[in-house]
Amino acid sequence: MSIVEVTRMTPTPPPTIESFYRFCAEKKLMGVRCNRCTKVTVPPRSVCSHCGASDLSWTELQGKGRLVTYTVIHLPPAQFQAIAPYAIGIVEFDEGARLPGMIKDTPFENLKIGMELQTDFETTTPQEWPRWPRYFFKQS
Amino acid sequence: MRIVAKPLASIVSAGVTRFGIREGLYSRELFVEAAQEAFQGCPNLSPKKDVDGLFVGQMSESYEHQAHVAPMIADWLGLLPVPAFRSEAACASSGVALRCAIYAIQSGMHEVVVVGGVEKMTHLRTAAVTEMLGMASDYPFEQWHGISFPAIFAMMATAHMNEYGTTQEQLAKVAVKNHENGMLNPKAQFQKTITVDDVLKSRTVASPLKLYDCSPISDGASCLVLARPGLARNFTDTPVHIVGSAQAQDTLGLFEREDVTTMNVTKLAARKAYEMAGIRPEEVDVTEVHDCFTIAEIMAYEALGFCKPGEGGKLIDEGITRLGGKRPVNTSGGLKAKGHPVGATGTAQACEVYLQLTGQAGKRQVKGAEIGLTSNIGGSAATGVVHVYRRGD
Repeated sequence: MSIVEVTRMTPTPPPTIESFYRFCAEKKLMGVRCNRCTKVTVPPRSVCSHCGASDLSWTELQGKGRLVTYTVIHLPPAQFQAIAPYAIGIVEFDEGARLPGMIKDTPFENLKIGMELQTDFETTTPQEWPRWPRYFFKQS
Repeated sequence: MRIVAKPLASIVSAGVTRFGIREGLYSRELFVEAAQEAFQGCPNLSPKKDVDGLFVGQMSESYEHQAHVAPMIADWLGLLPVPAFRSEAACASSGVALRCAIYAIQSGMHEVVVVGGVEKMTHLRTAAVTEMLGMASDYPFEQWHGISFPAIFAMMATAHMNEYGTTQEQLAKVAVKNHENGMLNPKAQFQKTITVDDVLKSRTVASPLKLYDCSPISDGASCLVLARPGLARNFTDTPVHIVGSAQAQDTLGLFEREDVTTMNVTKLAARKAYEMAGIRPEEVDVTEVHDCFTIAEIMAYEALGFCKPGEGGKLIDEGITRLGGKRPVNTSGGLKAKGHPVGATGTAQACEVYLQLTGQAGKRQVKGAEIGLTSNIGGSAATGVVHVYRRGD
């Protein structure tokens, strides 16, 4: 049995970035909920970013949220040159936490702070490190 | 009556290289150029005999494929075997180095130290530099999703414009002002004025930020000689005392912050630095802020208490922060026109304030300046460093 298979079988994976992206491969957006202050932290970690407690449990986010801010990148980093211009933004989920990411399938002129967006997941995994499928946002 | 704060440390000399494309020079050689200017400006100082520590700010090993730079620079300065330290806090690397130097002096373990910063960047392709600067943001959640470094500040600008009605013209006016000041600084990278129209017509980097909203890629070094306040008079008749020094941190990722229209680190550090110095924001005569992008200068005005949140754009409209205005900001030309060799920027800001408070700022001199302030940020303002300076009378 490989290490990957063993990890998959673990009932509660460790609250790590690796686990977060492993869940993305299963089309799940996962954070941790603090058992003391009840707030959600994404990316998952072992210390609550709100109250500092270390008693946290995995929680699944629905992926729905609102656009906090955005930009359209015209001069991209080297490895993203082929897809420029592209939009990125920060989304605040209904559960409270925020993540940044690409906004796809949305005309630039439709981008507006406060608009509703939905999380989706890429089906391909990049060949280079880190080999995770990315999440992204699109108009709901 | 104002309470006169006790100095934490005293600047007895300063030096800065010309910023820009410095072909054929390694960062150690640039640092020596800055240090030699500082040493020559302080004839009573015997570096080998008097200097007992070296603090260097540098962002990245990647630009020159060179780690362990502190002993190397100590060697090139002829200061071996004094203890030498390197600090890294992205664009606030030498702002943090300055704080470390103050710690060293305040601890009583050091009496006279050299503190500065350096970066050599222009020998690399723009795409490579862009990628290295991007390392100051969160890798698995920002960089890996294609979020460039300008995009981080562009998102702050989008939010600021949406929340407060700040305009692209107001952002452009920051660049125009800083280019005007850079014209008066012989060491500035850009020696030309630009118009609001030039900025608005330049290509979009990440909306709403245009190319002329961004600071350039630069080579350069800056350096201060810092002494225990009681010893300052041994070296100069015109010391500049550091009377406030504060630093704060925020989340590395912009996305984890509650308010993306505010630089909370600068707000917190400024509040503490003012308190240490015993002054109010309106008493500052000359200020250098971290205009890596034009929006960052607007947000700095607000965080430093020069105006209310959201009124930064109005401040630039009214010309208050221009040379000759009530509260001149970035008389050096700022990062925008003077240049931004990232590791050098924090102490380069201090060099400008030193020149202003000792009456050596030439054509850009603010008459009678007594109190100065520098605000240096690292990354997306995950580090904020604020210093307050007073002319030694």
